[in-house]
This record gives sequence, C-alpha cells and structure tokens, in this order.
Amino acid sequence: MWDVEIRGMASAHAIIAASIFMATIMPAVLVEKFSVYGTHLVWLYSVAGSVAVVNIAVFWLLGISPPTKKNTLSYKLSKLFRSCVYFLLSCLFFHTVVVLYGAPLLESALETFSLAVLLSTFTTLRCLCILGPNVQAWIRVFSRDGAMSVWDTSLQITTGCSVVGAWLGAFPIPLDWDRPWQVWPISCSLGTTIGFLTGLLTAPLWIRWHRKQLTYKLK
Amino acid sequence: MKSLPVLALLLWICSLFYMGILLFVGGFLLVRLEVNRTSTCADVLPPGADVKGDFCLKEPRFRRAVVLIIDALKADFTRYDPGNTSPRAFENKLPILDEMASSRPSQARLYTFRADPPTTTMQRIKGFTTGSLPTFIDVGNNFASSAVLEDNLVHQLGQAGKRVVFMGDDTWVSLFPRKFHRSLPFPSFNVKDLHTVDNGILQNIFPTMEGDDWDVLIAHFLGVDHCGHRFGPDHPAMAEKLTQMDEVIRSVIKRLQNDTLLVVMGDHGMTDTGDHGGESQKETDAALFLYSGSPLFPTPGSQMEPEVVPQTDLVPTLALLLGVPIPYSSVGQVLLPLFPLNSSLGASMSLSQAEALWINVKQVNRFLETYSNMAKDIPADGLSQLQSHFTQLSSQYLSSVSEGAPPSAELTASMQAYLNSVRETCRASWARFNPLKMAAGLLVLGLACVACFVLTELSLMVLQGSVLKAPLLSGLLAGAAVAACQLFTLGFVEVSWCFGAGALMSEVAFLWRIRRAFTRGSSSARLSVWLLLNPPLLVLFLRCASLLSDSYVISEGRVVTFLLFTLGLYIPLRLNWDGLLVPSPPSDTQKPPGLLPPALPLSTVRRESTALLVSVAILVGCLYLSLSFHSCREEQGSCQPSAFLTPLSRVQDSRVRNLHYILSVASLFAWAFLLHRWLRHYGNLNCTSVAVFTARCLLPLASICMGLHWAVSATPGDSFRNLAELISLAQVVLPRITFGLLGLGLLLLWLDPLTVFLKMRAPLNSRGTSVPPPKYRASTGVSPQAELHHLIPQLYQRIRQSLEDGGSEGDEADGRPAVEAYGLGTVYSAPLVLLCGLLGLGLLLLHAEGMAIAFLLMLLQAAAVLHLHSSSSTLSSLQSHSSVFSVPWAPVVLWSLAASQFFHATGHLPTFPSIQWGAAFVGFPQGHSGTVLPASLVTLNTFASHIMFAVGCPLLLFWPLVHEARGTRTGRSGEDGDDVVMEMRLRENPQQFSSALLQLAARYLFITGAQVLASVCAAAILRRHLMVWKVFAPKLMFEASGFIVSSVFLLVGVTLVMRVDVAVARLFQKLLPENSR
Ligand SMILES: [Zn+2]
Ligand SMILES: [Zn+2]
Repeated sequence: MWDVEIRGMASAHAIIAASIFMATIMPAVLVEKFSVYGTHLVWLYSVAGSVAVVNIAVFWLLGISPPTKKNTLSYKLSKLFRSCVYFLLSCLFFHTVVVLYGAPLLESALETFSLAVLLSTFTTLRCLCILGPNVQAWIRVFSRDGAMSVWDTSLQITTGCSVVGAWLGAFPIPLDWDRPWQVWPISCSLGTTIGFLTGLLTAPLWIRWHRKQLTYKLK
Repeated sequence: MKSLPVLALLLWICSLFYMGILLFVGGFLLVRLEVNRTSTCADVLPPGADVKGDFCLKEPRFRRAVVLIIDALKADFTRYDPGNTSPRAFENKLPILDEMASSRPSQARLYTFRADPPTTTMQRIKGFTTGSLPTFIDVGNNFASSAVLEDNLVHQLGQAGKRVVFMGDDTWVSLFPRKFHRSLPFPSFNVKDLHTVDNGILQNIFPTMEGDDWDVLIAHFLGVDHCGHRFGPDHPAMAEKLTQMDEVIRSVIKRLQNDTLLVVMGDHGMTDTGDHGGESQKETDAALFLYSGSPLFPTPGSQMEPEVVPQTDLVPTLALLLGVPIPYSSVGQVLLPLFPLNSSLGASMSLSQAEALWINVKQVNRFLETYSNMAKDIPADGLSQLQSHFTQLSSQYLSSVSEGAPPSAELTASMQAYLNSVRETCRASWARFNPLKMAAGLLVLGLACVACFVLTELSLMVLQGSVLKAPLLSGLLAGAAVAACQLFTLGFVEVSWCFGAGALMSEVAFLWRIRRAFTRGSSSARLSVWLLLNPPLLVLFLRCASLLSDSYVISEGRVVTFLLFTLGLYIPLRLNWDGLLVPSPPSDTQKPPGLLPPALPLSTVRRESTALLVSVAILVGCLYLSLSFHSCREEQGSCQPSAFLTPLSRVQDSRVRNLHYILSVASLFAWAFLLHRWLRHYGNLNCTSVAVFTARCLLPLASICMGLHWAVSATPGDSFRNLAELISLAQVVLPRITFGLLGLGLLLLWLDPLTVFLKMRAPLNSRGTSVPPPKYRASTGVSPQAELHHLIPQLYQRIRQSLEDGGSEGDEADGRPAVEAYGLGTVYSAPLVLLCGLLGLGLLLLHAEGMAIAFLLMLLQAAAVLHLHSSSSTLSSLQSHSSVFSVPWAPVVLWSLAASQFFHATGHLPTFPSIQWGAAFVGFPQGHSGTVLPASLVTLNTFASHIMFAVGCPLLLFWPLVHEARGTRTGRSGEDGDDVVMEMRLRENPQQFSSALLQLAARYLFITGAQVLASVCAAAILRRHLMVWKVFAPKLMFEASGFIVSSVFLLVGVTLVMRVDVAVARLFQKLLPENSR
C-alpha cells in the first residue's frame, strides 16, 4: 500500500516538474525574444499557469481532495468561489509579507505581486487542492503531528521548500555583481521555483526513507 | 543570590573579549599622530649662506613638472624584454619607458618604486604627497573629513605660487579640497568602469599641456587598477589598457619642454588576482619613471644607482627639484642621482648632493624631534641613537662647510645612513601589520567565544563549583611570566602581549577545568552539537557571515532587519509546528489519558496565542517603520537619507518643521506616558520612595524640558531677533537642566531602587478560626479584582508564622492579607524599566529631534519582543525541559540584533564621516575645553541603541514572570499554594535565579562577541580587499567599540538587579523578626 501511494505521488510530482520545464521551453517557441531574465514576467506567469493547471488536473484525476458532505452543484460552486477568494487573499498576504521583508512598496509593485502569485500557486493552490478551502485544516497540517496522509506530508515539504527557496533567493540581491538575475524579483522567483522543484523531488524520497516513523491517524 | 560569582564571571568573560580586541587591533590598525606643522622657505637655507635671500625665490632646477600617476602600475608591467616572443597580457606593453631609458640614459631612468603598506590608493596618495607613512588612522583633528591636514607637496607648491592643475581620480579632490589651481575630477567609485576617468583625462591633458596656465600637472589614471580588480592582470583588457597608457606617455613626452620634469609612477602594484592593500612584494612594487628634455642624470656608472626607490623618497626629491621646502612630516630621502655631485660642476642653479642631503637631514631630524615630543610610539633607545648620529653629522658638515672644502664621500654616505635608519624606525612602528599579534588576537577572541558559549550552557554547574579561581590564577601567572621574560630579554614590557598571554592561559585553564568537570558530570548537562543548528543560532550565524561581505556590510541595516523579521516569524511558526499555538482539539480516546501531556487550559492558550500574534504584528510593524529612519552611505548610490535626520533648525519649510516638531513631541510624551502607565499598572507608583519620585516628577519634568529645548533650537534665528539672547541662554540651560534631572533620577534610583509600598493592617481579634488564611499581597493594583491574584504563599507562611509567634497580630476575617506589598511582583523589573526610560530620554536628547519617533519605535519593539517571549514561554512552559527561568536563544538573538537594527534606525552608520558630531554640542553650544566630555557625549550618541538594549537585557528574564499575573497559573489556581507570585519566584529560588541571570548575560555577550569575532575575521582575511579601509576596518572599529559599550552597560543592568536584590533582602529582614528565620 505504501509503495503504491509513494509511486503515485512520485509520478504526480514528476508530471508537475515536467510542466515547469515545459513552461520554460514552450514560450521560447511561441514568443519572440523570450528569455527567463529578459521577459521574466512572461516566464513567471507561464510557469504559474501551467503548474496551476497541472496541479488541479492531477489532484482531480487522482481524486485526492477532502471528502465532501454534500454533492450538490451549488455547494460545489460556493466551494469553488471560496477557493478563488482564498487564493486571492493568499496572493495579497504574500505580497504584504514580501513588502515587509524589504521589497519596494510602490515601484515595481507588479513584479512583487507576480512573485506573490507564484508563491501562492506553489503553496496555497496545493493546499486548496489537497485540503479544500479550510483554514483550520491548513493550520493543522503545518504542525508536527498534523499530517494525515502522504499527501499532507508532501504538502508540508513542498510548501516549506518553496518558501525557504524564495527566502534564500533574496540573498544575492545586495551583492554588487551586476548579474541579470539579481534584478528584483528574478532571484526570488527562481529561488521559489528551484525550492519547489527540490520539494517535489525530496518529498517521495523522504517519505520512503521515513516510512517506518510515519504513522498517520485514520481519517 | 550569588551576586559576586556572577559578576566576577561576567567581568572575566568581558575582559577576555577586551584583551582579544586589544591584541588584534594593535596588530591590525596602525596608528600614527599627525603633526600639524608646515615647513617654510626659511627652514631650508643652507648654513653659512650669507645671502639673506629666500630659498623659494631662487630659480629652481625645474620650472614645471608633469606627474602621471597610473594607478596600480606594477613594476613588472614596465619591464621590456625584446626576447620574449609570446608575452603575457601585461608584458612588453610599455616599450616607451625602456626605449627612453636605454637610448637617452642621461635624460630618463626607470626604477622599481616600493610602496609601504597599506597599499591602498588613498593611503598611497597621502604617502607620496606628505612623504610620510600614512596608516589607517592618522590621528589628527579631521576625523570627519578625509582632507589631508599634514604638510604636503600640494600645499607647498601652492605656497610657492605654483599653479597645480589636477585631473583624474576624484579621491584627490576630497584629500586636497581647494588646493588646486584647476581640477577636473572624475568619479572613481565604480570599479567596473575602466574608461571614464582615463578618457576624461585624455580629453583634457593635451590642451592643458599646450596652454600656459599651469606649473605642475597631476593626472591620475585609474583604468589599469580597475582592469586588475575586474579581470586580473593577465587579461586582454589589461594589454589594451597598458598599450593606451604607452601612447599617452609617448604623446606627453613629445609635448614636453626642456624646463619640465616628467614623472610616471604607479601608486602600488597588484597581486596575481589584481587586488592590493597588503604588504606582499607584488603589491608594494610599482614603477617610477623619470624623464626630462634636458640632461638630468650623470653618466651611467659614475656612481651607485639605487635598485629600488622607496615611495617616500619622491617627495623631498620633487620638492628640492621644484624649489619648494620639503613637507614637514616627510621621512624620505632625496634621490641622489638627480643632483650633481658638486654644485660647481653642474648647473649653477641646482643644489649639490651634499647640500640637498643636508637640507633633507635637517628637515627629518626636526620632524623626529617634534613627533617624539607628541607621541611615545617610537622606542626610546632608537631615538637617542638617531639623535647622537645627527649631532655627529651636524658638526662634521658644518666644519666642512666652514673650511670651504667639499664634503667627503663618507659624510654623504653617513647622511644617507641616517636617513635610512630614520625611515626604518618609523616604518617599524607605523607601516607594518603585525600578523603574529593579529593571529593571537583572533585566537583569544575565538576562545573567548567558546568559553562564553560553554558558560551559557553550563551556567548552573559553573556557579555551583568555584570554577573561576584556577583560570584567574593561571592567567595572572602567565601574564607575569611573559612580562618578566620581556623585561629580561628586551628590557621593556609590551603590555598587550602580557594581557594576551594571560587571557589565553586563563581561557585554556577554564576550558580544561570545565572539560574535567564535564566528563564527571551528569549526562543531562551534555552539550549537543545539534544545539548549534537551531534556527536562532543559524540566524546569528547568517548575521556573522554577512559581515564578511562588503555588499552586506554596506546594506547592513536592511540585512539585520531582514534577519530579525525572519526570526520574528519563526517563533509563531515553530510554536504552530509543535502544536502549541492553537488549542489542541479534544484528544482522541486512542491513547490512555495518562500518557497525554498535560495541556494548558483552552482559554489560556487562546489568550496567549492572541497576545503572541499581536506582538508579532507590532514587531513586524516596528521593523518595517524603522527602515525609514536610515541614513545613507556614500557607496549606496541612489539612496535618500531619512528626512527625520535633519535637525529642525535646518528644515526650511515651516509647515514641515511644525509637523516634525509635533510628531517628535508627541512621541516624547508617548514615551513618558507609556512608562508611567506601565509602572502604575503594576502598582509601583504607590509608595513614597525616591525611585517613585523619579518616576512621578523627574521623568515628566525632563520630557517637558526636552520639548522646550527642541522648540527653542528649532526657532529660526532671524524671526525672534529681540529674543536672541534669551534663546541662546535657553539653548545652554534647557539641555543642562534635562541632563541634571536625568542624572539626579539615575542617582536616586541607584540609592533606593525599591518601589514597594507596604501597608500593615490593624489586627482583628478572631484568632484560631478556620477562616481563609491571610494573604500576603505581592503586587499591583488598586483594583480589588487584580489584587486577588497577587499573593505570595511561601512568604506568607513565614510571615504568618512570625506574626502568630509574635502573638501580637492575628488573622483577619475578611481574607485580606496582614501585610500588603504593592509593586512587589515587579520589584526587579520596575527599576530597570525606569532606568531604561531615563537613559532613553538622555540619549534622545543627543539626537536630532526627529529621532524621537525612532526611539518610540524602539520602545514599542522592545515591548513587543518581551511580550512575544513571555507568551511563547507560557505556551511552551509545559514542554520545555530547561531550568525554570532560563531564557531561550531566540528572544536573546532578537534582542541583540535589535540593537544593531536601531543603531541604523537612529541614523547611524559604521563609517567615520557619519558620526554625529553635533551631539557634543548639545547643551554646550560654545564648545568644550576638555576632550573627555565631548568624546563621551558622542560615544553615547553613537551607541545609543546598544546601550538601551544592553541595559534592558535582564528584562527578558523577568517578563514571563511579570506576565504570569494574567497567565498560566490563574487557570489552575484551584489548589492552594499555586498562586501568582510573579518575580518573588526568583527570591524563592536564588540558585536558579543567579544561574539564569548569568546565562542570559552570557548569551547576550556571546551574540555580541560573535559579531565582533566575525568582523575581526573579515578584517584579517580581507586585508587585501579593495574595501578594507573603507568598509571592513571601520566596521571592525564600530563593532568592537559597540561591544565594549554594550558589555559595560550590560554589567550596569545586571548590577542594578543585584542592587535590587540586596534591597529586597533588607526589606524582608525588616519584615521578619529575627527569631522566625
Ligand atoms: Zn591605487
Ligand atoms: Zn585598486
């Protein structure tokens, strides 16, 4: 049972990772003068969009979502609506945090917000997919004994890695190397993406390694 | 409480750090005094010359000179080897120099030009204009600007009426403001820019040369140096640059007239990576090329040629060739080949070798006399030898002159020997890093950090045994032994080595002793390596690592705020990860209830979590707002210093001025109000002691005086002309009154720090009944609601016993205590808070008015950190296994980094030009007569935030106890004897109290000391770095002085706590009759 779940997760993660690579390569064919540094926002939104689409598709196909009590259309719609609101709120939240961390307040607000969108896609969207629009459950997941399935553990790892990646991405900014990737917010969004990829890679490995220690409470 | 051992241990640790700093700085920072005297033309008249004419008026050997300085022109670059078929990028690119030197040996000469360390451009420019050996700190009276005040060639040329035209590196203009006839500076800061300066010179140099509006032309090219920094010497760009320089020299030579001297020189060399600053031969060996249209040198082989020319020698040579006096502080020696052997043989105008040497010797001797009267850093025996040598020279020369015979060759050689030995003596004391001392300092500092860390982890164990005796004794012995050795072998004692040896020995002895005690000790006290990896220490590590990079030091204020923000967010995230932040859901029935950890009641968790999140929000807000009070370094290009940094008197717009004034005064009164409010809340304002008098009267009075002072100093001078006298009087009196009030407050606080109000109740005659026992009230409130919480059971037991035994008083019927003590629950923290409040006001007075807002932010942020700490320790109180009062790393790191944060947020920067000298004139607008008072005022101003956070550090220990009042224990106070006792818990547990206090102070010292260690490492490792004298060395100075100030004020805070402890003990003695103890 363990192996099946881990293998499933590994392949899901592989698909998501592949979508990031595709999102980096594909626009080069379609858009003229596309480059990760030069047209950074295009790259950013293409990655965010593809990850969002693939995430939703994968989790919908795998059927990993919280059990729903009611199955009516209106309930589903309201859930969808709440999810959208939560996603937007999380974008605003990340934007605020990034500004508090020292990003410029007014100038390049669009860049900052794009970074917030990327962060939300990598963290909040997965929360929404796996846990549904339920803040209580989100808070629960991010505690030591909060994970209730392998997917929760993978959520912990990928979210942590993305946020830490974004945090580490801020480190090269003050250096006087004059590299193109030191421009705000390129290093941070690259850091976020690399952190997310690392999370995708390590989550199955980590779970496999620690499968003896991991005991999930039954739902 | 064991106050003496705690203080002794802290003092010991501090002095270890001091010794380390002293040793390192002694080896790294070369210090020299500046002599503020200038040579005049009268000085240089040769003896026996009857002519009363002025030396300067005599026609000099050369009328004009062109000085081309090619920055970092290494000696290797100028060598030409025609046999080299595959030259590297920097080889054979300057053929013109060799061509001239070999084809016209009487007109041109190429030498190796040896610079003295530090081989950085600014020090070198100072070196080859003053002829001295500039060090990092030339102690003069121009700390604030970089202008050269010592006598120098540019000054002398100007005095002699020569028109000096300068173009190139703009460092010159800051060094010699308003000294040039004409100057064309170009920005030198951007190392990546290879061409701006050079192209700027090239556009201007030839028109200038062809014109007639100059006598001395100085052009400083930077391209070669920047090319080295950017690409290294072995790069095609270097070949291009050197070829360009070759063409420049060619064109200059073509345009040169016969009365003009051409000097082409490098200020220093470069290493194989293109850097410089140190003392390796690759860095010190530059090139010097001299050329003139007319014959300049004697035929080759006629006399001894110097292989290597020291850089100092250029100054006297140029001075005498151009006919100006040698600058006063020059220690150079004239280049003999440029002077004819005998004046009668050569051109009649020029000085002969012996004459030039004699002028030179006299000048150097005069400088040496002046300097040795001012400073004592030149060894005495060396000085007396030099003196006798000079006397002998003088008599020989004068006798030979009076005989009319030309001075003998021996005399010339002897004069040269004298000059050489003077230069060597000076160089030994000024221009040499002492790597051994630096290494020893690093070692002492590193071990001090280790010892401090051990102390934080094993504070209880250290206090139980008398650990300090052996280290102290061995340290003393080692110091004495080194002193004795030095006395026997060298004849004098160098104090820093004795201190260093003592510190090292005592550290080793301490660690050895601890190790032995450790292996015997229990396994629970075992240090784990993993401890070092916990996130607060990781943040500290990042902070230390950031000190090793110049970019991070330049944007230090933001970096520290970033790290603080991270740590502030880490605490709630961590608590949530541990499942402590949100009330745990009703537990499943899977586990037997006995195995579940005891949980805090839901309401408490909810309240504390809210408090925690609110304090995180306040912390974050303060961090963000504090960013807007930063000043700007010159390296930060597009940066606007905060508008609040300008004193109000300099704000032009009256509306902005009024707004700023209102904001400042509002913050000032908010400061005073918050303090008052806090003290009143905890019942510390009920009694009639002098401390309360301070809080009630002196604090508000001082704030009112400050508000008035700001109003007076902000009034524009011309608007109240008739009140001018009154205003100037008020500017003196008001700040002095404020200082006086605050000083009086501090004194009173020290004399009687207790803020406890005792109220005895009349006994009721209802003994022996089963009514609720009388209670002994510990704290606050005037409100009965709050009073019910503050009870001290154990004390009560004693007091009740004593009262019953005494038989005079009995229990009370209404359950109210026999003795009420208001403010006892905050007996330790109240004086500290008051001390911080008073100190804060005093320090604020030394700042610009707008900084009041920053100070208010500081207060709020400190409160937020304290609340964050108390809430998180309440939430995790059931999980922690450490000792009762122990303060974890995270809040201490937050507290200590906040000191650095507010150093920047009060407009300070770790650079010398940014020191706020205005602080010395607050209350003393006419200036000072002494130096102690202004120096201490400026120090207080600079390290204000360090002082505040260091003094307030013990509050971290008290705050969770203070907040217990509304915290955990009330939730389960059902059982008797578990009531709130707040800080009295510390009295009940003196052993734990002292160990926790020691631990807290040691942790604070460790964090501050680790940063000092990091900046010391940065200075030691990066002493070749381009930025070492601009960034790392000033940072080291500020970090080290910040540590010293912090540690002193930390000790002040700790001592105040002990003073309170003594006073409390006395109070209890008074309360409890002798027999009951
Ligand atoms: Zn240079
Ligand atoms: Zn350089």
